[in-house]
Amino acid sequence: MSNTSTAAHHAASNNRKWAIGFTIAVLTVFIINQFILPSAPKQVVEFFNAWFSLTSMAEIMVWILMALGLNVIVGYAGLLDLGYVAFWALGGYVAGWLMSPFLSQFQINFFGNPRPGLEMGIHFSFFFVLILGGVFTAIWGIIIGGPTLRLKSDYLALVTLGFGEIIPQFMVNGGDVAGLNLTNGAQGIGGLDDIKFLGYTIGTFSLPEKFLMISMLAGAMIFFSIRLRDGRLGRAWLAIREDELAASMMGVPLWRTKFASYAIGAVGGGIGGVAFATLVGGVYADRFNFVISIIILSMVVLGGMGNVWGVVVGATVLAWVNSVGLVQFGVVINNALGTKINFPSYQFLLFGLLLVLMMLFRREGFIPEARIRMVMNEEKLEDEEKITDETKIASH
Amino acid sequence: MTSVASGVARKKVKLSAILMKISMLFIIGVAVYWLGLNLFKDPIQFASVTVNGLTNGMLYALIALGYTLVYGIIELINFAHGDLFMLGSVFSFAILTEALGATEPSTKNYVLLLLVLLLTMLFCAILNVTIERLAYRRLRNAPRLAPLITAVGMSFVLQWVGLKWVGSVPVNVPTVLPSTSFGFGGVEFSFKAVAIFAVTIPLLIVLTFIVNKTRRGRAMRATAQDKDASRLMGIDVNKTISFTFAIAGAAAGAAGIMYAQTIGTVAYNLGFQLGLIAFTSAVLGGVGNLYGAVIGGIIIGLIQSYNDGLPIGPGQRWSQTMVFAILILLMVYRPGGLLGETAQEKV
Repeated sequence: MSNTSTAAHHAASNNRKWAIGFTIAVLTVFIINQFILPSAPKQVVEFFNAWFSLTSMAEIMVWILMALGLNVIVGYAGLLDLGYVAFWALGGYVAGWLMSPFLSQFQINFFGNPRPGLEMGIHFSFFFVLILGGVFTAIWGIIIGGPTLRLKSDYLALVTLGFGEIIPQFMVNGGDVAGLNLTNGAQGIGGLDDIKFLGYTIGTFSLPEKFLMISMLAGAMIFFSIRLRDGRLGRAWLAIREDELAASMMGVPLWRTKFASYAIGAVGGGIGGVAFATLVGGVYADRFNFVISIIILSMVVLGGMGNVWGVVVGATVLAWVNSVGLVQFGVVINNALGTKINFPSYQFLLFGLLLVLMMLFRREGFIPEARIRMVMNEEKLEDEEKITDETKIASH
Repeated sequence: MTSVASGVARKKVKLSAILMKISMLFIIGVAVYWLGLNLFKDPIQFASVTVNGLTNGMLYALIALGYTLVYGIIELINFAHGDLFMLGSVFSFAILTEALGATEPSTKNYVLLLLVLLLTMLFCAILNVTIERLAYRRLRNAPRLAPLITAVGMSFVLQWVGLKWVGSVPVNVPTVLPSTSFGFGGVEFSFKAVAIFAVTIPLLIVLTFIVNKTRRGRAMRATAQDKDASRLMGIDVNKTISFTFAIAGAAAGAAGIMYAQTIGTVAYNLGFQLGLIAFTSAVLGGVGNLYGAVIGGIIIGLIQSYNDGLPIGPGQRWSQTMVFAILILLMVYRPGGLLGETAQEKV
């Protein structure tokens, strides 16, 4: 343990490198779109819009937010959540309820920015809604996690799977709950307020500013993820992930720690949901399906469970492939070979095979954390099996 | 609770236990009141809804058996199992309806139906064994998260196969079974329901016989309890696990063809919904318990049918929500299921 301080120092400088890289990447995208593209030749603009459109870049940032939230649950604490899309939906609807004319029974304006003539409904400030969205999803994380986390961790996977299916269904059905219109059904809630930031309004079509705003949220999420992992709670999560029995023997309260991971992970989904709703200017129930939960999970697995920067890279690559890459590669290949293959329909195969192959051949992900590489490739110890069996007999 | 707990803590535990009991009784009371209200309002509809629920429940039971068998032996929630069922229904549609052209009731087609039933069971069994051989077996000693994620990935791959096979929209299946029904005291029994009973009940009996009475079944139960000890006793553990996957696959295949023939549609995303319902059934009965899966399937079938069909009720659009609510309530009140022992983790 003599080289702990050098290791910590190494990790810190490593983090700094990545952080600088992330900032430069974000600023490059912003500058290209804000200053260079408007005066660039037509062909260049077309190329950028096809391969690196700003909408897809902003969506990548939302995916990073989501993936980092899920990383707290899957990567840090080792709990499998298969319905993360539910938190996305919940966060989105918080924005829909609190930033639009939709709930027209009320007329509340709290530092909000309602469009002229649409003052009915609830209008909260974007930043206030971010906080409320986080709190709301955390409460739902508590409701789902509370009863389930006492059981075997497999049950959490199942319950979250159901949860991810039910919440969007509720949103679709919620147009008429005992006569009350809670969610506007399948139509969704549109016409969200513009973000007002220090007196400056980011309009519906000012994408570069929106991109910068969401990137800053993603950056904050990265910062908190790293700080959380290195803190007391983070170390407790990693201990549980690696060996529950040993962790509880060392005095880590299992239930409370898992619970914290689930609630905090949910917050990421809520914030991402609010950000995405303001990005597209509305929230639509049919967008939220199981595929999204699996894509987010693939992002965490591809980059390396538990490693923040790995997850960021995984999210960037997969989000880009999913939104632009698959379509564009399809166009290129179909043009070159004269074929008519529908590339986006291979989405299921791509993400399914990715998960299976990663688990079979590279469980620690492509940018693994040193510790998880060790744990994921360790065969189960014979002693450990024996101990669990003995405790089973003893507790009967 | 440990004996070290102080007096104050003990009081708290007792209070929460009482609260649990009271709230559970309250929920059961509401359910009984709801059913009673409907029974008095329209007894005949109540009875036909019950028949409907029983037939659905039988199908759920067949799928739930697969979950429970696999969970029992390698403690894996096989997320791909629902999609295996879906591929079974698609396979039966491709063979029976498209290749053999059996689209209407006739004696010849009944024979074909039985043949394709066997073929579908074989197909799903082979597919399930292949998946186990290629993916899950390599991960048997890996951390718990790895096989779970692999199962989810497999489920996606199977869904993709289904998507390429039947397309993205549900396809109507012209069924071989007659759509006539016979009345019995005002309650309609359709021949389709009879067919489901005629296929599922013998299958369930055969399956439980295999697990409980044969040599292979004994090997399965031994492997489920302790792999190392069974290996020492001369049991081929790998072969036994493959055999379990084969049985589970065959049950899913049978459920698949019966679903296609009675409900009359196949779709690529069928497996996801039914898989969730079936696993809830398995948990309700007590995961790892064969009879539990059957009873759980029937109960879920009934509840869903009551929810969808009774005059006073939430209606079909809340169907999935209802099943999920049951799952959550089970986690709170009886995680071990109706027939299982407590599933509290012992670590």
